[in-house]
Amino acid sequence: MTESTGGIDFEDEDASGVIKKFMFVNRKAPYGTIYALESLEVVLISAAFDQDVSLAFLDDGVYQIVKGQHTKAIAMKNFSPTYRALEGYDIEKLYVEKESLDQRGLTEDDLLVDVQVMSSAEMAKMMSEQDVVISF
Amino acid sequence: MKFAIMVNEGVYQHQSTDTAYQFVKAAFEKGHEVPRVFFYHDGVYNANSLTEPPQDDRNIVTRWAKLAQEHNIDMVVCVAAALRRGIKEENLAEGFRISGLGQLVEAGIQADRLVVFGD
Repeated sequence: MTESTGGIDFEDEDASGVIKKFMFVNRKAPYGTIYALESLEVVLISAAFDQDVSLAFLDDGVYQIVKGQHTKAIAMKNFSPTYRALEGYDIEKLYVEKESLDQRGLTEDDLLVDVQVMSSAEMAKMMSEQDVVISF
Repeated sequence: MKFAIMVNEGVYQHQSTDTAYQFVKAAFEKGHEVPRVFFYHDGVYNANSLTEPPQDDRNIVTRWAKLAQEHNIDMVVCVAAALRRGIKEENLAEGFRISGLGQLVEAGIQADRLVVFGD
């Protein structure tokens, strides 16, 4: 099959011009599992599709954007600088749940990117307004 | 309704792959469409042709292939996630194809709902 799409029902539709609100929800610590790293790969690809992309960080996912990550001792790549590069891909909507920060003794100053901190209720509202929510 | 499905967990280890399969099957039974299933993270193991479960257990890999053939589902395995885990063309199960993450984003744009199965 071709690279473009093999989807029978997708094939004859022209998706160009459709802009959907995509939210990537990051709930897991950056190391320990590969979810965070592979999530970031999807986010970067999504930038090529001219969609309305946002990222949400909650639960242990807030650790993904904490400053001062040193991963040498666990022999893993420190991919946290990539979050700083998102701006260059026009991905500027980064939302962080306040309760998740509070529970972990973190504040906005501990984060390596500019984010919008919001309550759990505001986050829920934000999620309900999305077209596509992909949770990692 | 047109559903796109994302499967993020491996076979046998985790139920989400079973749940995804049952969901797709039920969707067709109710008259919905599922044009594409996208496999990511450990979900790429769903496409490993070397999988050999005990005879009295379900075969998750061939079960997908059968469903895909019946309903013409495009089953796509992420290339980067697959290579990391040793899934290549040479051990890619029937009914699957390897492609890029763009196929996931495209499915999200074109489907009415994208449903994610995983932790």
